[in-house]
Amino acid sequence: METKNNLKAWIYLAPMLILMAVFTFYPLINAFMISFYKDYQPLLNLRSAGLTLRNYLIVFNNQLFWKSVLNTFVLAFISVPVSIIVSLFISVSLKSIPKLKGFFQTIFFLPYVTNAIAVGMAFAVLFHVNYGLVNVVLSLFGIDKIDWIGGTASWWAQMGALMVFTIWNSLAFKILVFTSGLENIDKQYYDAARIDAASKWTIFKRITVPLLSPLILYISITSLIGALKAYNSVVGLFGERLGAQPYSMITIVAFVYKYRADFAFTGFYSYAAAASIILFIITLIFSILQTVVSRKRVHY
Amino acid sequence: MEIRMAKLTKIFTSKNKKEVRAVDNVDLTIPSGKLIGLLGPSGCGKSTTLYLIAGLLRQNEGQIFFDDEEVSEMPPEKRGIGLVFQNYALYPHMTVRENILFPLQNLKVEKEEAKQRTFEMAELVGLQEMLDRKPKELSGGQQQRVAIARALVKKPRVLLLDEPLSNLDARLRLQTREEIKRIQRETGITTVFVTHDQEEAMSISDEIVVMKDGVIQQMGEPQDVYDFPANLFVAKFLGNPQINVFDGEIKNKKIFIQDMEVGKSKLPDQPVKIGIRPEGFIVDSEKTSNLRFDVNLVETIGRDTTLIIDMPGEEKSILDKQSFKVIVDASYRVQAGDLVHFTIKPDKMHLFDFEGNLLK
Repeated sequence: METKNNLKAWIYLAPMLILMAVFTFYPLINAFMISFYKDYQPLLNLRSAGLTLRNYLIVFNNQLFWKSVLNTFVLAFISVPVSIIVSLFISVSLKSIPKLKGFFQTIFFLPYVTNAIAVGMAFAVLFHVNYGLVNVVLSLFGIDKIDWIGGTASWWAQMGALMVFTIWNSLAFKILVFTSGLENIDKQYYDAARIDAASKWTIFKRITVPLLSPLILYISITSLIGALKAYNSVVGLFGERLGAQPYSMITIVAFVYKYRADFAFTGFYSYAAAASIILFIITLIFSILQTVVSRKRVHY
Repeated sequence: MEIRMAKLTKIFTSKNKKEVRAVDNVDLTIPSGKLIGLLGPSGCGKSTTLYLIAGLLRQNEGQIFFDDEEVSEMPPEKRGIGLVFQNYALYPHMTVRENILFPLQNLKVEKEEAKQRTFEMAELVGLQEMLDRKPKELSGGQQQRVAIARALVKKPRVLLLDEPLSNLDARLRLQTREEIKRIQRETGITTVFVTHDQEEAMSISDEIVVMKDGVIQQMGEPQDVYDFPANLFVAKFLGNPQINVFDGEIKNKKIFIQDMEVGKSKLPDQPVKIGIRPEGFIVDSEKTSNLRFDVNLVETIGRDTTLIIDMPGEEKSILDKQSFKVIVDASYRVQAGDLVHFTIKPDKMHLFDFEGNLLK
C-alpha cells in the first residue's frame, strides 16, 4: 500500500520534476562544471583536459567585474530597504482610505504588469536632460538641469535615475503582499491598542510591523535576490550600452550576459559561468545572513 | 464611577441597505463600584452596548455620561476604560510583561512606577511567575488574566469585559468567574461584562441587565429578576431548566391549565400564558389535587430528580409533542408511567398575556 502510494505520488510529480531537472538542475550543475573548464569553446564543444580555477582568477582580475559588483551592491542595498519602507507606508495608508483603496491598489499594481523595457523607455524620457519632466520639476525648486542618463551624466546621477526606476518598479508586488498581510491582522489588536492609548506611530511600530515581520522577511529576502539579479532595468533605462557611458551601470548579471554573448572567444563562456556562480554564492550568503539576523526579530 | 446612558441608539446598515437597530433608545444607569452583567441572546445588542461605552463604536443618537462628564464624543483612549476582548487580543509578539506594560508606556508613566505597577497587577491576577512568557505559552485562563491585568494596569475608571468566559473550558470557567468577582471586589472598579450565559451572569453579578433586540427588558439583582420577571422573555431566558409555559385561562378568579385548577388570581377572565418554574411544583402525596400528570421520564441527578412530562391532549405526532420539566427532591421516589398529583407554589408561577407581558 505504502509503496503503491509512493509510486502514484512520483507519477503526479513527474512532469514538474522532469521540467525542473531539464531546465533548472541540469543547467545549474552544468554552469558549475563549465566554470572550471579549460579553454572552453561551446560551439565546437572543445576544451583542454582537466579542470581549473583560472576562470575565477580572470573574473576577479577584471575591472569591469568589480564595477558590476559595486553597481549591483549599491543598487540592491539601497533600493531594497527603501522600497520596503515606502511600500509599507503606502500599504498602511491605503488601509485608512477604504473607499479609494481598490483604485489606488490598481494604480500601484500597474508596474507589475508592464514590461520593464517599455517602462524603462518612458523613464528615459522622464530623465532626459532637456525635455524630461524630472528636470522641469527640479527647476521649479531652483535646481539646475542635471544630466541623468545622457553622455555627460555622472555616476551618481545615473545611479539615482536607476534607483528611482528600480524602486518604482518593485513597489507593486510589495504593496500587494503587504496590503493582503495587513488585512490578515486581527482588527482587535488595533482596537486593543486604541484602548491602550497607543499613538498611530506606536501602533505602526509596535503592532503592525512586528505582526507583519514574517512577510517583511519574506519580501526582503526575495527582493534582495531580485535586486542582485538586476539587469533589464539597466537595459530598459540605458539601452544596450548599459550606461550613459559604455558599461558605466553594468551589473553582475549584465557582466555574465556580456561574456556569454561573446562565447565565440575561447574561454569567455567559462568566465560568464564563473561570474554567475560567484553571484549565486553572494546571493546565498546574503539570504542566509538575513535569515539568521532576523530570526530574533521575526514573530511567527 | 457611575455610567449613565441616555436614549442611546446604534444603527447598523447592512450591505442591502437594511437598517438594524442594534441598540435601541437605551436608558441605563450602571451604579458605581458594582459588577453588572449585560445578558441576552446573541444579536441582542449587548456587545454593541459595551463597545459604545468603550468608544470603539460611535452611537447614532443619545449620550453617555461617566458620572457627570459626558463622554459621548470622546475617543476610546481618552475615556479611561479598560476593555477585555472576547479572545483577549493579547499582542502575540510581546511577553506578558510587555503586554501589561504597553498601556503604561503609551501613557508615558515613569519607568520605575510602570515596572512597579506591572508587577502589582501580575500579582493581583496571580501571574508574577509568568511575566516573561509569550501569550501562546499560557493556558486560556492565564491569557484571560493577562488581558484583565492589561486592562486594569492603567487604573481605568471602568472595566469592560466582552464574553470573558466563553473561550474557557467548563472547569476553568467556574474558577475564572470567581477570580473576576474577587478582582472586582479588591479593586472596587465599576465593571460591566457581557455574556449570553444566564448562569454565569447570575452567579457573579451584583445586578443583571437583560437585553433583547437592542432593548433593555429588565434590570435588577439576579434573584429579583429571576423571581419577578418583567415579561415572558426574561422569564424564559433566566433559569435552567427553562420555565415551563402553558396555555391556560382565568375563569372566576381561578387559573386553569386545560381543566385542571392550578391557582387563584384576581384578574378578570381571559386566556393567559402560564409560566411555572420547574421547582415550583410540589408533589401532592395525598393525591387530592386536581393537577395530575402521567410521568414520561425520570432523571435523577444527585439531589434532584427531574420529571419529564408530556402535555396530555389530543394525539399529536412525536415532533409536536409538548413536554415540560418538573424538579422534585430526589428523596421522592417516582417511576416512569406513574400518575403524580401536584400543587403549585404561587410565587413560582407567573401569568403573561399572549404578547408576553406580565399580568399582575
